[in-house]
Amino acid sequence: MAAEATMTQETGTKSMWNGGRSPFNVSWGKMMMWFFLVSDAFTFSSLIIAYGAMRHRFEAVWPKANDVFTHFPFIEGHIPLAYVGLMTFILIMSSVTMVLAVDAGHRRDNKGVAVWLFLTIIGGFMFLGSQAWEWYHFIHGTEVGAYLAPDGSVYRDVSNAYQLHASNPPAGSLVAPDYTLISDKSAIEAIKAKSEHIHGANLTHNEYGHPLFADFFFFITGFHGFHVFSGVMINIIIFLNVLAGVYSRRGHYEHIEKTGLYWHFVDLVWVFVFTFFYLV
Amino acid sequence: MSDNHSKPHGYYTGDIHNQFVEEHYDPKNRSVIWRTFWILLFITIFEVAIAFAPIAHGILVITFIVLTIVKAYFIVAFFMHLKHEKLSFAYTIILPFVLIVYLIGMALAEGTYLNIWDSLF
Repeated sequence: MAAEATMTQETGTKSMWNGGRSPFNVSWGKMMMWFFLVSDAFTFSSLIIAYGAMRHRFEAVWPKANDVFTHFPFIEGHIPLAYVGLMTFILIMSSVTMVLAVDAGHRRDNKGVAVWLFLTIIGGFMFLGSQAWEWYHFIHGTEVGAYLAPDGSVYRDVSNAYQLHASNPPAGSLVAPDYTLISDKSAIEAIKAKSEHIHGANLTHNEYGHPLFADFFFFITGFHGFHVFSGVMINIIIFLNVLAGVYSRRGHYEHIEKTGLYWHFVDLVWVFVFTFFYLV
Repeated sequence: MSDNHSKPHGYYTGDIHNQFVEEHYDPKNRSVIWRTFWILLFITIFEVAIAFAPIAHGILVITFIVLTIVKAYFIVAFFMHLKHEKLSFAYTIILPFVLIVYLIGMALAEGTYLNIWDSLF
């Protein structure tokens, strides 16, 4: 085996595949990165499909994302989708800088790789910061809060149910989980008397509606955020290697390609999270 | 870059496998990257814009899912270069996701069934 390996090194064109070269013309490392990403995509698919199944089950009482994620930094008011749209833009942009780093690697441009990789790392940190901000607002909740009844139903203040604002509902009314308006004073008092006043979301209750919405949100965006965090850490290690000239000495920049594949995959997952948590 | 036709361009990976990897660098790469970026950006802006348009919910959902798959195609094909890999390799990566389509059908049917079950009892 050792002799064979030495021979492979000497003759060069022969690979460990015994066929002379990779049938896919993809190096071992890059192919394994692809296979890892396929398995990771299966994990994310299962999570999002589980979310979809539970959403179909509790369709009538599922929170509307436009009522939940309504904030934008430094601007008051009801601004749904804009912030998460910005997060999507940041991640797409960092994907572009990553693929430009890979491109610079093909041209053996060490300085170009370093610059684009640095910008990718910045983009990654910006995305992580945005996600922390989003989580903070979701956990913190609204000032008026909501009322959690003993049967698990959440009655929200009408000021947070933007879907109903067009019909000019009386202030102080409550909104049942299925979006029916409760404006009768004695009915409101009865609900408040038996219910717990809650703010924000955590793993056990969710002021915006069904607690499973919060559980899936924390789990899926958290799992994705951890992928982004790992990606940033890997990018930093590769970036330091680039600065140290590891790849210019090696003669090729395949490592940038492999971390690039991982980074684009993280972007790809976000495209699906964006659609199924925020748009649909 | 000098073009030697007797030997393909490429490099040895330098790890224990030391495979030879062919490399075809196309100077047009960078314009393809930026074109892909503009397509992705335009689709995202379009999605956010139509989210508040007075369109039937079912049509919106189908539009969003189709546009998501279009975006996924552009990321995988051009950012991850799968379009430029050998076709056999591309199929090796893509075909397993048939199982995911199957799982979507199963799980959503189950969720809908439980929804009806809950409303009965």
